[in-house]
Amino acid sequence: MINYIYLTVLLPLLGFLINGLFGSKIKNEKVIGIIGSSTVGLGFLVSLFALIETIGLPVENRSNTVELFSWLSVAGLEIKFAYLVDQLSLTMSLIVTGVGFLIHVYSIGYMHGDKGYWRFFAYLNLFIFAMMNLVLGDNFVVLFLGWEGVGLCSYLLIGFWYDRKFEKGTTSEAAKKAFVVNRIGDFGFLLGMFLIYFTFDSLNFKEVFTKAASLPIPETTFGLIAIFLFIGATGKSAQIPLFVWLPDAMAGPTPVSALIHAATMVTAGVYMVSRASIIFASAPTVMLIVAVIGLLTALMAATIGLVQNDIKKVLAYSTVSQLGYMFLAAGVGAFSASIFHVMTHAFFKALLFLGAGSVIHGMHDEQNIQKYGGLKKYMPKTYATFLIATLAIAGIPGLSGFFSKDEILWYSFANGGFLFWLIGVLTAMMTAFYMFRLLSLTFYGNEKFDNHHIHPHESPAVMTVPLIILALLSVVGGYIGIPEVFSGEHGNVFHNWLEPVYAPAMDKLGFFGSHTHFQEILLMVVSVALALSAICFALHVYTKKQNIAVEISEKFKGVYNLLLNKYFVDEIYEAAVVQPIQKGSEKVLWKFTDNMIIDGIVNGIATLVDKSSSVIRKMQTGVAQFYAIVMMLGIALVLLWIILSL
Amino acid sequence: MSSIPMEYYLILSAFMFAVGVTGVLIRRNAIVVFMCIELMLNAANLTLVTFSSYTGNPVGQIFVFFVMTVAAAEAAVGLAIIIAIFRNKLTVNIDEINIFKW
Repeated sequence: MINYIYLTVLLPLLGFLINGLFGSKIKNEKVIGIIGSSTVGLGFLVSLFALIETIGLPVENRSNTVELFSWLSVAGLEIKFAYLVDQLSLTMSLIVTGVGFLIHVYSIGYMHGDKGYWRFFAYLNLFIFAMMNLVLGDNFVVLFLGWEGVGLCSYLLIGFWYDRKFEKGTTSEAAKKAFVVNRIGDFGFLLGMFLIYFTFDSLNFKEVFTKAASLPIPETTFGLIAIFLFIGATGKSAQIPLFVWLPDAMAGPTPVSALIHAATMVTAGVYMVSRASIIFASAPTVMLIVAVIGLLTALMAATIGLVQNDIKKVLAYSTVSQLGYMFLAAGVGAFSASIFHVMTHAFFKALLFLGAGSVIHGMHDEQNIQKYGGLKKYMPKTYATFLIATLAIAGIPGLSGFFSKDEILWYSFANGGFLFWLIGVLTAMMTAFYMFRLLSLTFYGNEKFDNHHIHPHESPAVMTVPLIILALLSVVGGYIGIPEVFSGEHGNVFHNWLEPVYAPAMDKLGFFGSHTHFQEILLMVVSVALALSAICFALHVYTKKQNIAVEISEKFKGVYNLLLNKYFVDEIYEAAVVQPIQKGSEKVLWKFTDNMIIDGIVNGIATLVDKSSSVIRKMQTGVAQFYAIVMMLGIALVLLWIILSL
Repeated sequence: MSSIPMEYYLILSAFMFAVGVTGVLIRRNAIVVFMCIELMLNAANLTLVTFSSYTGNPVGQIFVFFVMTVAAAEAAVGLAIIIAIFRNKLTVNIDEINIFKW
């Protein structure tokens, strides 16, 4: 099936074309939903068979290229449209199509009755098409095609309800913000690509990475390439300083938040860093920057998440925070741990978002968690699955989040140092706290809504079944990556599976492993204990003594307001970047450059011609004999000149 | 004929041309201006014929026929224009016909 891997890309494209072109004629929601879901589901099956076939191959033959056609061929530069089927791309494509399929099915129920139903499924399929190009591409250009494609779909889907209000503006403004911020990142990525071509004379992954591992290239070149690529990653994966778009992206429908802004697209940056691991590994300074940015993002977003009241906002900041973890892992050289966390995070965060969608659906579009409460008895399935996901993200042993998060924490301790680990654990504690705050306020305690007017109800099976499947995955998903310390001689299966992809990078990095298993277990116990205490505290505060939360927020009013207003980052960017650009465009580019210089030159020439001709035209007297005299004098002069020159 | 020197013809021709030019420049009646143009044409014709005759080259005389043909056509058109203008403005004084100006 490896040679048919292009089907995973083509089928969603087909679904997009059918729903996009004929969707408005089809009318039947079921048909549209089934077309949209089945194309992704079939893509998942193709990926699955390709995975089985790849596992059957010996390790050294597991990286295969499927060439489709020659895309660009200009003066020595040949870009082939080809897909790379290896351990990493298969893992990513299974996550994308698998979680994507479940979210498509969920959307059949969630989007029921929406007037843009067909449009929604068309966009979702287009997104899967772009995302598959991103993860399967065999060179930076195909990756970039997907990279831009997912950005476009993100824009289209954030602004899907273009006629609705969102916070202070409209959803279109949120979509525009996401697009513009992403473009800033993409610019960095593009520069990185140019520099790669300039340095390695190729954009093909295999060629570039082979040359990067063997050629004597100065570290500064690697550093520049890596930093440009990382700027791209910060845009797509919502890291400091370009994370501001992701919370606003919650303006889109909830399945979109689950699919694009939690499970798949935002992990594209992690994937790209992981794919280019050899380049990053060759630039230790940039690795440190990646780790620090990841760590800071994780910490900052978690602190903001502590006080937010919109259910999707909490999850959005949680996503930013978890993405920070992934970059922390990549930055300390634990690339496989970062991809492992991409996978487990895709399961439990998609589940959290879909659960939130189910709650919002049942609560008639209410998103404020302070107005929920006691929903446990109304929505038992949603509650049970949401609880599992919350436990998973909090890092409770036995669930998927524990394995991946703990691996990251361990590597950050082993390769980064105690401080990295400490901040990581603090973030994990806060994660546990805000997730249980969310859970308590939503499902436990008193009903804070008006139950005469609002009657919460469980969602239909088409929505709860995907929740249950994702809950199962959130539980068992971690067992493919059991750390070496528990699994004994087999080692970490997931790590071993991805190991060949990172082998060149690991050769260059060459640290790891001077720490004992005892230390690993000790750190694990400490982090779990801290997470558990945070959970107990959250449960205590938000189910029994809510006045504690109020008291704390009043006592530290300054900090509370700072967090509630998201560190005023949006306001700072508004004042420091957006306003200067707008004012500068208006005052300098428009009023001065355009109106005065460009228009001035054009109008000036016209005025000059007008004025001078108004003088000269007086010669046209209309008296024929005047013309005759002039003509005669002219002829006489010409004749004179001819005679004199003889 | 050969007893008369060529210069006589040329001087006559130049004189006729000068009369024509002067007439075009100073007379106000369109008909007279028009006649003066004819006079200039014929002065030129006379020059052509003179040179043709004295050099024994018939091309000049053939050329004169063409000039006369064109002049006839031109006279027809010119007179028609003058009549049309007269019908509109009730005058053929070219000082008063000055609508083609700024």
